[in-house]
Amino acid sequence: MAEVKKIATRDGYGAALKELGELHDDVIVFDADLAGSTKTGVFRKAFPNRHFNCGIAEANMMAVAAGAATMGLVPFASSFAMFAAGRPYEQIRNSIGYPHLNVKIGATHGGISVGEDGASHQCCEDFALMRSIPGMVVMSPADDVEARAMVKAAYEHQGPVYMRFGRSAVPVFHDEATYTFQIGKGEVMQEGTDVAIIANGLLVAEAVEAGKVLKEAGISARIINMATIKPLDEELILKAAQDCGKIITCEEHSIIGGLGEAVCSLLSEKYPVPVRRIGVEDQFGFSGPAAALLKEFGLCAEHIVEVTKEFCHR
Amino acid sequence: MTANEKKQLMITACKVRMGVIEGTHAAKAGHPGGSLSAADLFTYLYFKELNVDPQNPNMETRDRFVLSKGHTAPGLYSVLAQRGFFPESDLLTLRHIGSHLQGHPTLGKTPGIDMSTGSLGQGISAAAGMALAAKHTGNPCRVYTLLGDGEIQEGQPWEAMMFAHHYKLDNLCIIIDNNGLQIDGNIADVMSPYPIVDKLQAFGFEVAQIDGHSFEEMEAAFAKARETKGVPFAIVMKTVKGKGVSYMENNADWHGKAPNDAEYEQAMAELKAQLAEVEAM
Repeated sequence: MAEVKKIATRDGYGAALKELGELHDDVIVFDADLAGSTKTGVFRKAFPNRHFNCGIAEANMMAVAAGAATMGLVPFASSFAMFAAGRPYEQIRNSIGYPHLNVKIGATHGGISVGEDGASHQCCEDFALMRSIPGMVVMSPADDVEARAMVKAAYEHQGPVYMRFGRSAVPVFHDEATYTFQIGKGEVMQEGTDVAIIANGLLVAEAVEAGKVLKEAGISARIINMATIKPLDEELILKAAQDCGKIITCEEHSIIGGLGEAVCSLLSEKYPVPVRRIGVEDQFGFSGPAAALLKEFGLCAEHIVEVTKEFCHR
Repeated sequence: MTANEKKQLMITACKVRMGVIEGTHAAKAGHPGGSLSAADLFTYLYFKELNVDPQNPNMETRDRFVLSKGHTAPGLYSVLAQRGFFPESDLLTLRHIGSHLQGHPTLGKTPGIDMSTGSLGQGISAAAGMALAAKHTGNPCRVYTLLGDGEIQEGQPWEAMMFAHHYKLDNLCIIIDNNGLQIDGNIADVMSPYPIVDKLQAFGFEVAQIDGHSFEEMEAAFAKARETKGVPFAIVMKTVKGKGVSYMENNADWHGKAPNDAEYEQAMAELKAQLAEVEAM
């Protein structure tokens, strides 16, 4: 098999910010002493006068961004997911969400794959927190191509957006020449009729891998990339439920409050079918290399295959 | 400031105070104490200091005002009504279902409101973001924000002050309403923020200390704020919580409680007497 290129989605974020900066004077970037890690440093290098370090003060940063948005600018505010969604939740809720201001939150280092830093930095609750804010768009890209397209879509969208990017390099499987991204639209990666596996973030590539193995085992799995968690692509999910009758969700997030729960909420009201949620099971993470941790938490193709086989009684 | 200008401001301030009483009485809720302590400041800002146009509330170059101590919305709403942003009769809808006058200021609902506030400590950050954006885009506006002296027990204002000084936001003027009381009592007993002026100076602010019920002192302080370059400006104003209504003055019980019918009558009688006195000056 040809060597697949691997790039972290946070790199896509930085690259897209720079491209946006070239196109739009109203793009400004706030960071909280993590410009190197969040990759907003790429933007800073190109546009030093449009990048504002807020220091280690995320609460202030979010409300500053809100104020700047009232003046017609389009601020992107960045930190690690833990400190971009967790710490300033209430600033985002009251100063960005309630007035529905045009602030884009670029959160990097989401999920368990932060790795060695351990549980204090492994944010598996951000989708839950951000989903609960009225009017907030919540997204997480699966690869570099999608990450860059998503950042541009976020700019075009009027209103608050939360984007979660990953620290670790992940396979790039989208073709930039043909790929188009639309907020709120899922993407069928592989057709199937026995079960639908709905994933986002780095679990999309794992789900695609699982799909291949399952096919060999005689299970026809539909693989869906659900990069937008809110607003949810209800049509695509309901169709998957109708066609397949079984749904599995996969996310690098707590099984509480994220994609899995969003899908369950939809299905339980509109088309109840059995669901299995793959995610972090209501527990904190711990230190270790990202790849090993993902296996430890079952966030990998092997575990998806295992769950799917059990679910489909094969 | 001429004697007549001062008299007009005093007349308006009386009416602003009446609006606070009218609104909170009609709502059977709200925060009269801190609205009354800041009533003179609201009056000075909207009738003397701010470049605003009630006919064009979203004017791009308008000066911005962020009420960081958002619970004193009845005072801000009252001055906005006096200034002509909306009819005075709207004040009677305060906190009612369907009213544009929410319990705390809400961007997009009320003409003249520049930022949603109410969760303490956040407004000053938004104001700093506005000041930064104004500098960045070359907007000549100035940005003002009013904080409570209890509010600065939050950590976020100090983050915002660090930010304002770091980015040399000399188009930002923060005002602290030092009425000395918060819900649970004396601020010095609950969690002392003192010495306020020393702390602001240590954070790099140019600071003026004034009597928050003196229009002359406000005039001098705001003039100094406009002349100050390279650093942000802070005004610490000593005020009387509940100012203008005898039984509310210096009484923390009136932080967040509405007057009942009898109390309303007494407050309005007192304020009407004050107004008559000023008009006769």
